[in-house]
Amino acid sequence: MAKVTVDGIVVEVPNGSTVLQACELAGKEIPRFCYHERLSIAGNCRMCLVEIEKAPKPVASCAFPVADNMVVKTDTPMVRNGRRGVMEFLLINHPLDCPICDQGGECDLQDQALGYGMDHTRYEENKRAVKDKNLGPLVKTVMTRCIHCTRCIRFVTEIAGVPDLGATSRGESLEVGTYVEKALGSELSGNIIDLCPVGALTSKPYAFVARPWELKKTDSVDVLDAVGTNIRIDSRGPEVLRILPRLNEEVNEEWLADKARFSMDGLKRRRLDRPWVRRDGKLVQATWGDAFTVIAERLQGVAGERIGALAGDLCDAESMVALKDLLTALGSANLDCRQDGVLLQAGRRDFYTFNSTIAAIEEADALLLIGTNPRREAPVINARIRKRWLASKMLIGLIGETAELTYDFQHVGGDAGAFDGLRDASAGFGKTLADANKPMVIVGQPALRQPGVLAAVWELAGAIGALAGEWHGFNVLHTAAARVGALDLGFVPGQGGRDLAGMLNGGVDVLWLLGADEFDTARIGRNTFVIYQGHHGDRGAARADVILPGSAYTEKSGTYVNTEGRVQRGLRAVYPPGEAREDWTIIRALSEVLGKTLPYDDLPGVRARLEQVNPVFGRTNFLPRFGVSDRSGPGQGSGRASGPFGVAIENYYQTDPISRASPTMAACTETFATTPLLQAAE
Amino acid sequence: MTETNSSNGVQPESFAWDAESEAAIGRVVAKYPPGKQASGVIPLLYIVQNQMGRQTGSAWIPRAAMDAVAHRLGMAPIRVYEVATFYLMFNTKPIGKWHLQVCTTTPCWLRGSDAVVEACKAATGIGAFGETSEDGLFTMTEVECLGACVNAPVLQVNDDFYEDLDADSTRQLLDALRRDAPPRPGSVTGRQTSAPAGGPTTLTTLQNLGPPPPDAVQPPRER
Repeated sequence: MAKVTVDGIVVEVPNGSTVLQACELAGKEIPRFCYHERLSIAGNCRMCLVEIEKAPKPVASCAFPVADNMVVKTDTPMVRNGRRGVMEFLLINHPLDCPICDQGGECDLQDQALGYGMDHTRYEENKRAVKDKNLGPLVKTVMTRCIHCTRCIRFVTEIAGVPDLGATSRGESLEVGTYVEKALGSELSGNIIDLCPVGALTSKPYAFVARPWELKKTDSVDVLDAVGTNIRIDSRGPEVLRILPRLNEEVNEEWLADKARFSMDGLKRRRLDRPWVRRDGKLVQATWGDAFTVIAERLQGVAGERIGALAGDLCDAESMVALKDLLTALGSANLDCRQDGVLLQAGRRDFYTFNSTIAAIEEADALLLIGTNPRREAPVINARIRKRWLASKMLIGLIGETAELTYDFQHVGGDAGAFDGLRDASAGFGKTLADANKPMVIVGQPALRQPGVLAAVWELAGAIGALAGEWHGFNVLHTAAARVGALDLGFVPGQGGRDLAGMLNGGVDVLWLLGADEFDTARIGRNTFVIYQGHHGDRGAARADVILPGSAYTEKSGTYVNTEGRVQRGLRAVYPPGEAREDWTIIRALSEVLGKTLPYDDLPGVRARLEQVNPVFGRTNFLPRFGVSDRSGPGQGSGRASGPFGVAIENYYQTDPISRASPTMAACTETFATTPLLQAAE
Repeated sequence: MTETNSSNGVQPESFAWDAESEAAIGRVVAKYPPGKQASGVIPLLYIVQNQMGRQTGSAWIPRAAMDAVAHRLGMAPIRVYEVATFYLMFNTKPIGKWHLQVCTTTPCWLRGSDAVVEACKAATGIGAFGETSEDGLFTMTEVECLGACVNAPVLQVNDDFYEDLDADSTRQLLDALRRDAPPRPGSVTGRQTSAPAGGPTTLTTLQNLGPPPPDAVQPPRER
C-alpha cells in the first residue's frame, strides 16, 4: 500500500494504482476523456492533468503510478491552466455543432468545456473535416467530432474481441475507423456509443429523436436473452425511445448486447392493441367482453385434462403464476414452458441454473462449453468469458458446433460421445479439467434437447471436480428470459399432465399460448381452440382463435429470473397500446368470468403468491453463492443422446416477436447475412 | 485515409510472397520469441515494399499485402493498417520507379533546397509534391529532416542519399536515373563523407592513408 496525499487528504492505495485512482479515492473528481476503468490505459487525451509535488510539469494522472508519500494537488493554477490548455487544443478541431448533435446534454466534452473551456477561440483557421464512416446499421458516425480518445478502439479490441477499429495515419490526418469499409461485426457494438465521450459515435436508430432531458428514465431488466441485463428504459409519452445498460457488476458490468439495445423499435410495430376473435375462419376485432364470452362458451363442458397452456420466452413470472393457478383451478395439469423441447425438469434448482454465477466466471481456471455458443446466446456472458481468458489465458474446451467466440478454445468433440474422452484425467482436455481448481462446465440448450445429456454432464462435472462444497461449476446457459422463472414456478406438466408434444396434434381441445411463438404452430391440432395472449402479431397470434392483447416487458412491472436464478424486477416505463393490458390482470379478469376467481387482485398480492409458490421469489437482485450439498444427479431418463447438438440461435438479431418486428434488427440481419457474423475473421 | 472496398482500381486483388521475400521473412521472424511475431510488422512491410519494387517497379504496399502481413504474423489486419499508414516511409499508393524525397527542413532550405525542388519539377514535369511524373518514373515527396544536414541540401532517391546538391547536379542526377544508371550515393561534390568541403582541416596527416575503399564505407544493407 502507498500513502498518497491528495489536496491534503491522506489516502492509502494499493501499489501499482494510478494517481487518478488515488484522487478518486480521496473524493476528487478528475476530468477525463480517454481513461475508462474497464479499458486499458491510453493516456492520450491529457485532460486528467494534476500537479505532483517535486514534478516539474503537470502529470497525466490516469497513466502515472502512485509512489509512497506522494503529494498530489488537483486544484492549483498549474492544473487549471494545464487543463484549460488541453481543452483549447481539443476544441481546435471540434465542430461547434452541439445544437444538432445527438450527444448534446449528455456530452463529456460539453460538460467539461463548461469548467475548462474559454469563452472564445483564438484560432481563425478552418477546422479539420473528416469523412464519416459506415459502421453498419447501429452506430452512426460523425467523425469530425472525434477527439481521438480511442475508447472505441480499445473496447472492440479488448472487450468485444473483434479488432476491427483502429487509428490510421497520423497527426493532423489521424482517423479512427476500420480503414477497409465494413460493419462492426460485434454483438456488443452499441456499447461504443455509450463509451464515446463526444458525439462522434451515436445511435443510428435514435438519431435526431430526442434530447436526454425530455426522457423519463425507468429501471428495468432486459428479456431478449436470459442474462437479465439491467437496463434503463428512456421513454417519452407512450414511446420507448432508447434502452441503455445499467451498472450491475454481478450481471452485465456496464455492457448491453445489441439486440437488447436496438430492438425497441419492434415495440411499435405489429402490436396487438385490441382483442380479436375468429369468426367464420377470419379474425375480427372484438371487445374484451366478447373475447371473454367466447372463451367462456368454448370452455363450457371441456374437461380439465383437455385444456393446456404454453408459456413463452418473454413472460414475466406474475403472468405465469396467474395462468398456472387458473389452469389448476380448471383442473388441468397440462403446462409447459419448454418450447424448444429441452429436457429440463422443475424441482432441484441447480439442475437448471447457472450455478457458479456470472461474476464467478472470473474465478474459474478451466471451462468446458457443451452445445452452446455464448457469443450468440448471451453476448454479455461471452464478454465475461473473454475477460477471464484475457486475464491469464484460461483453457477453454468446446463440445458442439465450432464457432468464432472471440477467444481461443480447443474443439473437444461434436456430440455427447466426447464426454467419455474427458474422463481421462491423464491427457488432453480431460487433464486440463482435472488439474483445474475451479473447473466450470456450461451446457447450452441444444445439448439438453438430447436425452441423458443433463445427467451425463452432471456426472462429468462431478468427475472433474466441478461439484465441490465451495464451488458449483455446473451451469446451464438459457436463451429464454422466462425459462428459469417458469421452472421455478413449476410451469411444467403436473401429475398426469401433458407436455408440449402431448398438447400438440390434438392432444388438448383448448390451448392457451402465453406469448408462445417459438414452436411450429402448424403442429397444433386442427380442431384445437387456441387462445393467444401476447403483445405481437407473430406466429402464435396467426393461429389463434381468440387474441388477448398483453403487454411487452417495457409496459408492465414484471419479475424475471435470469439464467443464474437471480430474481430481478423491471418497472413499467410506458402504458401498453390501445386496449392491451398487463398480462396477469387479463388472466385475473377472465378467471372471474369463468367463475374461478383467482385470490389476488393487486401486484403485491400476485407477488405474495409467487413467493408462496417458490420462496426464491422473495429474494430479489441478491443471489448468494453456494456450493454443492447434494451430488446425486438427475435421472437418466430413457433414450440415448446421438448426433450433433445443433445450435440454439441461427440468427442472433431476430430471436423473438419483438426483434422480429424490429426494422433495425432486420437491417442487421441483412447486413450480417452476407458476412457471416460468427465466422468473421478475428 | 480510409480505403474503400471499391478501391480506385489500383489495389490488386491478391498478393503472394516471392522466394526472396520468403527468405527475408524467415530471417526477420526468427529474431523474435514465439508469440511475439507481431514485432516484425515493420520489417515485413519493408519486405513487401521491396518486393513490389522488384516486381512492378513501384515500391508500394497494397492492401492485400497488408492482409498477408497480418495473416503471416497472426495479428488483426487493422493493426497492420495502423502501422503502414502511420509511417511515411511506407507508400500506401503506387509511386514512380524513383522516389525523390526532397528534404526542405530549415538547414536544407537555407542551403538551397528550393533549387533542388525546382530542378526536380523542371526535369520530371511534376507540378507539386506527392505527384508522379507522366512517364511513371518519378514521384516527388517533401520530407522532413533526413539527418544529413552537414551535407545539405539532400535528396533521397529510394533508399539512397544524394548530398551537396544544386540545380545542375540535381538535373544530372535525374538524367542518370532516367538512363537507369544511378550514380554512387553520397556527396555529389566528391566530399569525403561529412568532412569539410575541400578536404579535412584537422587530422590532415591521415590524408596519406587515402579514402577507405567504397565497400568499407557502405556495408551491404540487410533488412
